Amino acid sequence: MTDNLQLNSEGKLKHFLTIDGLEKSLLTEILDIAESFVGINDHKIKKVPLLRGKTIVNLFFENSTRTRTTFELAANRLSADVLSMSISTSSTSKGESLLDTIRNLEAMFVDMFVVRHAISGAAHFIAQHTAPHISVINAGDGQHAHPTQAMLDMFTIRQIKKDFSNLRVAIIGDILHSRVARSQIQALNTLGVAEVRVIAPKTLLPAHVESLGVNVSHNLTAGLKDIDVIIMLRLQKERMTSALLPSESEYFKCFGLTEDKLKIAKPDAIVMHPGPINRGVEIESKVADGPQSVILKQVSNGIAIRMAIMAMTMQKQGVM
Amino acid sequence: MLEIHDLLNKLEIELKRIIIERQLSNPLMIGIRTGGVWIAEQMHQRLNITEPLGLLDISFYRDDFSQIGVNPNVKPSQLPPHIEGRDIILIDDVFYTGRTIRAALNEIFDYGRPNQVVLAVLITRDGRQIPLCPDCVGANITLNVNQRIKLTGPEHLAIELQTIEAA
Repeated sequence: MTDNLQLNSEGKLKHFLTIDGLEKSLLTEILDIAESFVGINDHKIKKVPLLRGKTIVNLFFENSTRTRTTFELAANRLSADVLSMSISTSSTSKGESLLDTIRNLEAMFVDMFVVRHAISGAAHFIAQHTAPHISVINAGDGQHAHPTQAMLDMFTIRQIKKDFSNLRVAIIGDILHSRVARSQIQALNTLGVAEVRVIAPKTLLPAHVESLGVNVSHNLTAGLKDIDVIIMLRLQKERMTSALLPSESEYFKCFGLTEDKLKIAKPDAIVMHPGPINRGVEIESKVADGPQSVILKQVSNGIAIRMAIMAMTMQKQGVM
Repeated sequence: MLEIHDLLNKLEIELKRIIIERQLSNPLMIGIRTGGVWIAEQMHQRLNITEPLGLLDISFYRDDFSQIGVNPNVKPSQLPPHIEGRDIILIDDVFYTGRTIRAALNEIFDYGRPNQVVLAVLITRDGRQIPLCPDCVGANITLNVNQRIKLTGPEHLAIELQTIEAA
């Protein structure tokens, strides 16, 4: 086994937990394989037999619609058997009970866990403790990482912009609480974009954010200049209570993306959002539904990218 | 030993024969990546087929996925949306175990139910592992276990006989 828990002794993907520590060539391989899965939408039977006979369990300890359904569809299209479980975290606590859940499912001859959990490191924890033939995919853990979302965003960017090297990408909004932003920043830097810029009020930025390899702006108007790709983040309304922001309308005035502000970016800039969107809070409806928006394309691409990652982690199953 | 032009000529004659014999009407020609596509391009031109050549990448249908994994160079297959009821000419370069053809047929049938499929290959070698066999063949050869036959191209098509070194 290599130092990286995510790779087997042959350097192939075994678990997919975080973008951190994965090389550019591997990320590119994921994008390339996803590209060929897009073609399956042309089939009358939208399935390939790659994971026939494999059992995949979606373990969602936290709510999700898009991520869970696209993982389900992806598994179905690879001909795997899928079981989706929504587990309320209120009755379970981390540690033994989580392990007990895993042990019980292992006893049902599972091959893969797709895990979403409110606690950072949950997927990593399961990967460390599960049986050696089982792969684990992180579908979002706490404020840590959401690597499949980041990869589908990279896929969408590449589809439209072709090449990463000259791109300036702005990530706007609640960076502090966003696992998506963290994974996106790692993926963008690994794939070698020209610049990642985060734009947010000081209260919604983590300390030492520059150390992630980003430029920082606190002003949306100034920050959007020369930008090719705009990634809006959801303003997690529950944060409002913790006095990080004065009000929703105040936030929209300063950091909401409107048609006028969009004009400051490059004319062919694309607008992305991982969803769910809060219309009128971080983004105006006219922009979210406008010609520069690729938000629904991101959703479609979620299927192909998750197929690619599931297929890759299952190849050479059992190689340590 | 094997002259590519002779084989291509032979395959062309065989294809013309089977088109009449099996009464293939407006056949759709499909080449299997990579070598099969090169041969199919030649036959497509020689038989004056106007409809674009279909391209098939069987990577997702292989039966040895758990041993060799996903081919990172897999390209999307390009087939017309309506395969239902069509007459199909499937083309590959070398017919060996038969597993590639099994995978190719599985993929084609996921696009729809063709009327009939005929299989044409440039070279058939010994070593079949599945009860399938081609309808049209450029040449039949017998090789040693450690020998492999490979088509190189696409600029100048040539046949290469390789000997696999024992590890």
